[in-house]
Amino acid sequence: MVKISRRRFLQVGVTGAVVLGAAAWLNHEPDTPAQGMRALNSAQAELIRALAPVILAGMIPTESVARQTALKEVVEAFDRGLAGMSLPVQAEVEQLLGLLTFAPSRALVAGIWTSWPSAREADITAFLLNWQTSRFVLLRAGFQALKQLMQACWFGNPLAWPAMGYALPPQAKDLL
Amino acid sequence: MSKLPDPIRLGLDRGWTVQDGSRLTADLSLEADIVIVGTGAGGGTSAEILTAAGLKVIMIEEGPLKSSSDFRMLEREAYPQLYQESAGRQTEDKAITILQGRSVGGSTTVNWTSSFRTPEATLQHWQSQWGLREYSPVAMAPWFARMEERLSIAPWPVPPNENNDILRRGCAALGIPAAAIQRNVKGCWNLGYCGVGCPTNAKQSMLVTTVPAALDRGARLLHRTRAEKLTFANDKAVALEAVALDDAGIRPTGVKITVRARHFVLAGGAINTPGLLLRSKATDPHGTLGKRTFLHPVNVSAALMNAQVEGYNGAPQTIYSDHFLDTLSLDGPIGYKLEAPPIHPILAGITLQGFGEGHSTWMRRLPQLQVVLALLRDGFHPQSIGGTVKLRKDGSPLLDYPISDYIWDGMRRAFFTMAEIQFAAGAKIVMPMHEKGKPLKSWAEAKQHIADLPMKPLECRVVSAHVMGGCAMGADEKSSVVRGDGRHHQMENVWVFDGSAFPTSIGANPQLSIYGMVARNATRLAEALVSQRKPTVG
Repeated sequence: MVKISRRRFLQVGVTGAVVLGAAAWLNHEPDTPAQGMRALNSAQAELIRALAPVILAGMIPTESVARQTALKEVVEAFDRGLAGMSLPVQAEVEQLLGLLTFAPSRALVAGIWTSWPSAREADITAFLLNWQTSRFVLLRAGFQALKQLMQACWFGNPLAWPAMGYALPPQAKDLL
Repeated sequence: MSKLPDPIRLGLDRGWTVQDGSRLTADLSLEADIVIVGTGAGGGTSAEILTAAGLKVIMIEEGPLKSSSDFRMLEREAYPQLYQESAGRQTEDKAITILQGRSVGGSTTVNWTSSFRTPEATLQHWQSQWGLREYSPVAMAPWFARMEERLSIAPWPVPPNENNDILRRGCAALGIPAAAIQRNVKGCWNLGYCGVGCPTNAKQSMLVTTVPAALDRGARLLHRTRAEKLTFANDKAVALEAVALDDAGIRPTGVKITVRARHFVLAGGAINTPGLLLRSKATDPHGTLGKRTFLHPVNVSAALMNAQVEGYNGAPQTIYSDHFLDTLSLDGPIGYKLEAPPIHPILAGITLQGFGEGHSTWMRRLPQLQVVLALLRDGFHPQSIGGTVKLRKDGSPLLDYPISDYIWDGMRRAFFTMAEIQFAAGAKIVMPMHEKGKPLKSWAEAKQHIADLPMKPLECRVVSAHVMGGCAMGADEKSSVVRGDGRHHQMENVWVFDGSAFPTSIGANPQLSIYGMVARNATRLAEALVSQRKPTVG
């Protein structure tokens, strides 16, 4: 498991803004959405696809076909959600995704030294746990954004409801 | 799509003057007696009263016109369509998530129907501290009564759902007084989907009451139309400049709308109304604009029960306790109101802390989940000055609301209270909604754990569904933005008729406070305008 050292974290905090700025400036990922996407580029879509099984562990199906469908729909919902946000909020989320998809900043702030599709689930979990209760507000905010967006993308999907025992009330059938 | 008759579609068929900004292809230049920005609790109430007086009214709404035919009881559709910033509006440091409406009807289209008159303690504080002498409980009572009648606000005769009844039973076991909440509904089906747009039109929101009444009297409504700024000449507003938004309600299409009017009623809600005045560079000689914005910051406690709770079914908010408001003085430690929220998958999922397996052990038991919330009464104590609205580079408003130690102290006390109530009602496990909150098996264990919880932004979950202030009313122009009648201190034809005029928070769900204050102020404005109107010639 890759563990980010306390010293590395301190650097992240002190230089957080600089890192964000540099990542945005150096990052030459295409701005254009990936095929079939409205807002996410291909690197961002890979990031979401890699984070989803960890953030949603226990809630997405384990059976292979259903799992692939679920993950595909989570990425699509994330894309729709991002495209539907107000422009300043979209820009902030894209900054966060940019920081995590640009290899040097990904390694520095998330401790992930491989591409997202080849990152181990244990390393992704460690990254999320580090951010969840980080001493730095910036990283805690980043965790909340990833966690909440991902969860909203899946829990709003009727495919997710049987696992939580939730259903629309019977009257909905007559109404809708 | 709802199969029931849709009063909005029927009204459009009758020939209402309603324009969707996204469909406009050329600039518009309009004139009216009064332009109203916003169609929520303040704008809707104003529109009905001003049109009843025979005045020509134009309503400008940033959000879309959605109605029961569109309300499919789905969170994933409702949040992006009906809420500010896709239900993800946040304070500047992102520590507080704010639920605020953004469609025709404003927050009343998506609120949970809780209806309280402004508490007497709040009105008395306004009288003594803000010079608002006319806001006595006795003087305000007829205005509340009038709006209660208009919006069918009444005791709810149906037993509370289990989520609310657990709050009631827990309070009863501990000797804490709790009572039933009045609701603004007519023929409610008790479904529990108020927060995603009422599919049966039972909720007497502005969408199905005052806005249709105004449209029936010839008012014009432009939706997907964002008020950009007021222009001024000689201490008076001259025109409102607005821009049409695209179908998604995000980007301006380039089409501009200019409305010239005699009077300008601002009712875009707190955050947005001060934002509009800031964008307009409105005179602000004492630097009070946007200050003192309050949120009723809320923290939340989750519990697992043995039996089914199904907090997603049934009227969402029906039981409350004011014990921790009534027993605390306004100038002491912060008090809080206790209520129970609806428990739908997205709302519960994003509010519960953590991710992965730990999170899913709770989500997989959603039907047994019970939730209590504490709504803190901010704005009454010198250490509770609220937040400040500012503008982002693109001109959109942003609230900076630092959470002070005074607030954190209240949240910790509220965590104790909520856990004790939940255990008293038979909870098996209680968990404070906090990234370091642990599942707790007993009240003894909870006492120790909550005492040790670090109260920090973005660790402790803090949410808000009530935004108030930012254009405070008061007698002294050095400490407020508008007068007690809602008129801007410096500009004689600019009126703030929404929750942003409150000088403090309310200490209760604010919709009826807005209705009552605005009914009073809009009626006075209507009377003044009608009495000064010259007889028109043929």
